[in-house]
Amino acid sequence: MAKSIKIRAKSKGGITTVKALITHPMETGLRKNKKTGEMIPAHFIQEVVCKHNGKEVINCEWGGSVSKNPYLAFKFSGGKKDDTIELSWKDNKGEGDSISAKIR
Amino acid sequence: MSLNQKRRVFLKGSLAAGTLGAAAGLLTPGMVLAAWNKTAFTAKGIDEAIAAAAGSPTTAPSTDITIKAPDIAENGAVVPVSVSTKIDGVESISMLVEKNSTPLSAVFHLPKGTLPDVSTRVKMGKTGDVIAVVKANGKLYSARKSVKVTIGGCGG
Repeated sequence: MAKSIKIRAKSKGGITTVKALITHPMETGLRKNKKTGEMIPAHFIQEVVCKHNGKEVINCEWGGSVSKNPYLAFKFSGGKKDDTIELSWKDNKGEGDSISAKIR
Repeated sequence: MSLNQKRRVFLKGSLAAGTLGAAAGLLTPGMVLAAWNKTAFTAKGIDEAIAAAAGSPTTAPSTDITIKAPDIAENGAVVPVSVSTKIDGVESISMLVEKNSTPLSAVFHLPKGTLPDVSTRVKMGKTGDVIAVVKANGKLYSARKSVKVTIGGCGG
């Protein structure tokens, strides 16, 4: 199950709009834990890939300055209702998640 | 008894399918698409960051790039930024936050067929410009928009 990703893809007039919200702390590595005084280690998504029917439609490289629980929206031409959209991410710790959804 | 057996077969099947899916097309922990551009993301200067991300620090300011971002961001931790452009043949769009200690925030690589219109939310440490660099047909174009930040977004 793709617990960390919410995705919505809608096709209209030959253009598919994809909106995704990913649950992730996106720690820059620059923050200090106020109680312990220790630096909170960097933990952020580095790569996000989205595919439409197996073909890559976007490839994102992110840094720690993308906001916590990052949002992504983009558009590509083509795509129609019931086509498959897959989105996956990978972070600096090597963790990742992915989701598959149908275009509405 | 048979219900349990059916559950086991189903679970086994979906587990296998899941693993296959992971191996087949999507990202697996060991697999890296185009090794994350560490140099660009750790660069401290704007020119350095642009050069590392897009190939050269020199960009041509363009009025054909639209940056949508709030004039005043109440919360610097979550500043919505959208970049779109009328320029043709866009290969990538990079978003930078000038006053952040490491300005490069995100790079969006756009295959042919994907529109040059991307949105995300970025952290801004203080008031400054959000810069968009568009790479199209091997050339670099840029635009900037000033965003006032009332509460800095880097937790400091």
